[in-house]
Amino acid sequence: MSDATGGNAINPNTMSIIVTKGSLDWAYPPFILGTTAAAMGLDVTMFFTFYGLPLLLKKMDLKVTPLGNAAMKMPMMGGHMVMPNLVAAIPGVDAMASKMMRNLIKKNGVASVEELRDLAVEADVRLIGCQMTMDLFDYKVEDMIEGIEVGGAATYIEVATKSHINLFI
Amino acid sequence: MADKVLDAKGLNCPLPILKAKKALKDVPDGGTLEVLSTDPGSVADFQAFCRTTGNELVEHDEEGGVYRFLIRKT
Repeated sequence: MSDATGGNAINPNTMSIIVTKGSLDWAYPPFILGTTAAAMGLDVTMFFTFYGLPLLLKKMDLKVTPLGNAAMKMPMMGGHMVMPNLVAAIPGVDAMASKMMRNLIKKNGVASVEELRDLAVEADVRLIGCQMTMDLFDYKVEDMIEGIEVGGAATYIEVATKSHINLFI
Repeated sequence: MADKVLDAKGLNCPLPILKAKKALKDVPDGGTLEVLSTDPGSVADFQAFCRTTGNELVEHDEEGGVYRFLIRKT
């Protein structure tokens, strides 16, 4: 059977993830799935673009915002609290919400994003930073963790043609 | 008695799986790893992990909120 890989069957144990979001909450799905897939024997590639790119910075400073996030219901006093946008827009509220989220993460035995990223590196997950995003937002490869590659859309597409599972997060 | 025991109690998804994968490196082929977890999600996850990786989930049970998995490395 002929396909985009030039007739070679795709190895079922391969996965790629396009990582487009870099907030404290959205950093989790790609790193959880990437590390778990690697642990289950898959070759994993993660391509970091736009707001996902800062997840490759040596020093991550991740925050979460309740602004415009109607689904963010924080457990509080036995119930769940949704913050009105008017309140969420007040300076300092993002920092407070981020602190609350970090406390919940710790309390529930959930790994930090930093820990999951270390595990991804350790498991030989291939990490690619988007060159165009680096130019656009003025990041240098020296700002990023060691061992990453830099590439563009064609680099990702080549990976995708050889991956059985391709996710966009 | 398992060749190695991993205490993953208190850890949440996906840490029990990631730590089990690491611990299996220290287990000889045919040897066993015992994993202890308090994450209810790990019941489905260790079954999926073993089906996908080919390792054998010899047995699993639960006692007092602690899940125990016995995995044979293949």
